[in-house]
Amino acid sequence: MGRFLLRRALTSLLVALGIVFFVTLILDLIPGDPVLIILGQNATAEQVAALRHELGLDRPLVVRYVDYIGRALTGDLGRSIMTKRSVAAEVADAWPNTLLLASAAITLAVVFGIGLGAVSALRPNGWLDFGVRILALLGLSMPIFWIGLVFIYIFGFYLRLLPIGGSGTPQHLVLPAVTLALPSVALVARMTRSSLLEVLGEDYVRTARAKGLAEPVVLLGHALRNALIPVVTVIGLQFGQLLGGAILTETVFAWPGLGRLVVLAIFARDYPLLQGIVLIFALSYVVVNLVVDLAYAWLDPRITYA
Amino acid sequence: MQVQTEEIIRRPQAPGLLGGLRRFARNRAAVIGAAIVVLLILTAAFAEFLMPYDPTLQQLELRRQPPTAAHLLGTDEFGRDILSRIILGSRVTLLVSCVAVGVGLILGGTAGLIAGFIGRWVDEVLMRLMDILLSFPYLLLAIAIVAALGPGERNIVLAIGIWSAPAFARLVRGQVLSLREREFIVAAYALGVPVPRIILFHILPNIVPPLLVFATLYMANAILLEAALSFLGLGIQPPWPSWGLMVATGRDFLLIAPHVATIPGLAIMAAVLGFNLLGDGLRDLLDPRLRNRL
Repeated sequence: MGRFLLRRALTSLLVALGIVFFVTLILDLIPGDPVLIILGQNATAEQVAALRHELGLDRPLVVRYVDYIGRALTGDLGRSIMTKRSVAAEVADAWPNTLLLASAAITLAVVFGIGLGAVSALRPNGWLDFGVRILALLGLSMPIFWIGLVFIYIFGFYLRLLPIGGSGTPQHLVLPAVTLALPSVALVARMTRSSLLEVLGEDYVRTARAKGLAEPVVLLGHALRNALIPVVTVIGLQFGQLLGGAILTETVFAWPGLGRLVVLAIFARDYPLLQGIVLIFALSYVVVNLVVDLAYAWLDPRITYA
Repeated sequence: MQVQTEEIIRRPQAPGLLGGLRRFARNRAAVIGAAIVVLLILTAAFAEFLMPYDPTLQQLELRRQPPTAAHLLGTDEFGRDILSRIILGSRVTLLVSCVAVGVGLILGGTAGLIAGFIGRWVDEVLMRLMDILLSFPYLLLAIAIVAALGPGERNIVLAIGIWSAPAFARLVRGQVLSLREREFIVAAYALGVPVPRIILFHILPNIVPPLLVFATLYMANAILLEAALSFLGLGIQPPWPSWGLMVATGRDFLLIAPHVATIPGLAIMAAVLGFNLLGDGLRDLLDPRLRNRL
């Protein structure tokens, strides 16, 4: 276990270093001079030189890379061009909102995904199963930004039940969270269903039934517990989907999180802010994946720590 | 017991392509998926003949009209016929996602082939590189690439391709690793067959079926990603009709003319659904045990 832990943590560190490298590289991928793109053609030579120095473009890539890591470790991610505030402050303001949205969505995905999947598997090919499967298929096929717009029209405009954008009250969270959760609910329901169906055919489930255990005990205690092992992995992976989906959901609902900020940064050509957000987004996903992997190894003793 | 055995004997599974087709035809969902995909391809191919109007024709006096007999799906903010734009949009969607998946397949497939075949540190380096790409949340990697390179169809093809490459790399590497130990490959080695020949004639034919399933399922992802990027204004640029872009422009007057934003979304959903159903069907056909893995 110790060796597995160490190896897994080292891999994550390596991946994190790779992410920082990619983030540093963004400036070099831009066709043309990023400084002139930001300042426009009428900038003075002093302004150009100053910004070039601030972005580190007067130094080679490797130096900039090491420098970025050094500064990032002290919490300095540069200064936003759009708002003139530090990138770290911008990220710190927006990050809790994204986390709130993603947590709400993942909770919905776990509760409704596992619930619907289990209901569906109990009577395979029944009408309830059919309904859940159709819903899951649609959930995986609908573009998330479109779901958001449809919800805004139905619940915000037509029924006037919920606010159509912004944040602040719990009501503001409902539509974005449900929108963001839908594809994950669909996927988790699908996984739970097929995993549970597989487990229900196992010998130990038959044994549990044969020895006269009540059906709910068999289902919850024996079948579902084992069926959830692959589902846990999927839920962990869903966090990455949710962070990505947050970019769209936040844009549609004007939710003041990192996802909306990154889109604003792109259109403002605010490269330092863009770099900072990409870094934070990717790193948090790495951390979540690490935690999921460790939790998984802890949950399922059959996994060998090779 | 006797009756059951006889029944099994009387209905032998026809082998090969015909048996596969028969099994596929029995899967209703897969057939629906295949029908949607074929319809989509035909629409894209014969768009010029199917469009009732010029998709760029602006009739400002007919702005944001709800569906009528003349304009079956209504008109957009410039009075352009939405049905015609959706028909031409199918070509944009299919082209971009097809080429993007192709890019991902070639990039990832090559990396996976090399990693699986050479092994050792090459494998380690290539797969860690793929881990880095995989560690970007969905959409973020594509957004970062497009943000740097600039919007446009060439760059989103690249972005979607790079995004899908790690998944293809992992699939191909796994297949190569398991094939490498099989007798017929070992025998080919022992007979002195050159490595490129082994790869081309012995390994590749065996990994084509799972790759095909994977590519079909990834078409659905690529369509969603293209739509998302275009919706954000980072993908296809006007006046090209991209479904995602059509939703984005319709968003500004969602409350007065909801059809402008919602109808193109239905087209996206149908296309994604088609490829999802077809991919699921092909996967079940190939190997039902892969259900949880691919």
